Amino acid sequence: MSHEHDHDHDHNDADTHPAQEDNDLTLTPGEAKFIALREMLIEKGIITAEEVRRRLEFNDSATPHQGARMVARAWVDPEYKIRMLADGKKAAIELGIDVVEAEIMVIENTVNIHNLVVCTLCSCYPRSLLGEPPAWYISKAYRSRAVREPRAVMQEFGLTFPRDVEVRVHDSNADLRYLILPMRPAGTQQLSESELANLVSRDCLVGMALPGTN
Amino acid sequence: MQPRNHRILAAGEVVRIRDIGKAGHVRTPQYVRNKVGLIDCYVGLFENPEERAYGHIGCEPIPLYRVRLRQNDLWPDYVGSDCDTLVLEIYDHWLETVNSLEEPQ
Repeated sequence: MSHEHDHDHDHNDADTHPAQEDNDLTLTPGEAKFIALREMLIEKGIITAEEVRRRLEFNDSATPHQGARMVARAWVDPEYKIRMLADGKKAAIELGIDVVEAEIMVIENTVNIHNLVVCTLCSCYPRSLLGEPPAWYISKAYRSRAVREPRAVMQEFGLTFPRDVEVRVHDSNADLRYLILPMRPAGTQQLSESELANLVSRDCLVGMALPGTN
Repeated sequence: MQPRNHRILAAGEVVRIRDIGKAGHVRTPQYVRNKVGLIDCYVGLFENPEERAYGHIGCEPIPLYRVRLRQNDLWPDYVGSDCDTLVLEIYDHWLETVNSLEEPQ
């Protein structure tokens, strides 16, 4: 094998590199504080390790499909849609989805207005409804640019709108958490509710994609 | 500035988002301070997160609104469309009513 032949072996960075740093043995100050607090609460009998584990499991069990199910129901059931726009949290509970956030506000996309969600101050997101937010959602770049140049940011995600469509950005800066209700795509009359739900990806629920387009 | 008298503001009323210079866990981002917009809707009463963040639980709940601003009013060099807007949540004590959207900022 010649020395110029430098990369013939199977080496794909994207596949082989771990998603998380291997060295997670060094605690950040925040992690150390969390562990100390948890151990103290357990030692004093205020909480149990099993309760902590169960809560972590609950946190990780939410997926964007829960929001997609709500959207699909709203598309097929106009009465449900009215209830969902009036109270997103109640509408989620109606479908058996456990929501711990104080309030979920559902914002409807129309032919005239496209809505996009960002949290400029931190990374507020309806986690119990949709799971953990995408990495780009919590990046400082998105949080600063989404309010400043939303059309440019959406264009980078492959989403463009004519100038007569209002782009409305919702800064999730305080007590509400937002879910976007996208428009039902044309030509989907024959689809069942669960097939419709499969058209709704995570990014649609934040306003960064349109159903059935990815 | 007009007296607020602690009445609940109605959708469509013109407001300026104040800069009250408060430090700590405030939820009014810098980029909207001193900007003028419209009340989009009244959301309800919430305990002030500026207090809750420091363990002061159970304070009198205060009104929270969604305020809608024109992007052109937020950013003088905004490059989107003239019809683009931004909505965010602002607590009552950060708001004052003004006469028109064209009020100097």
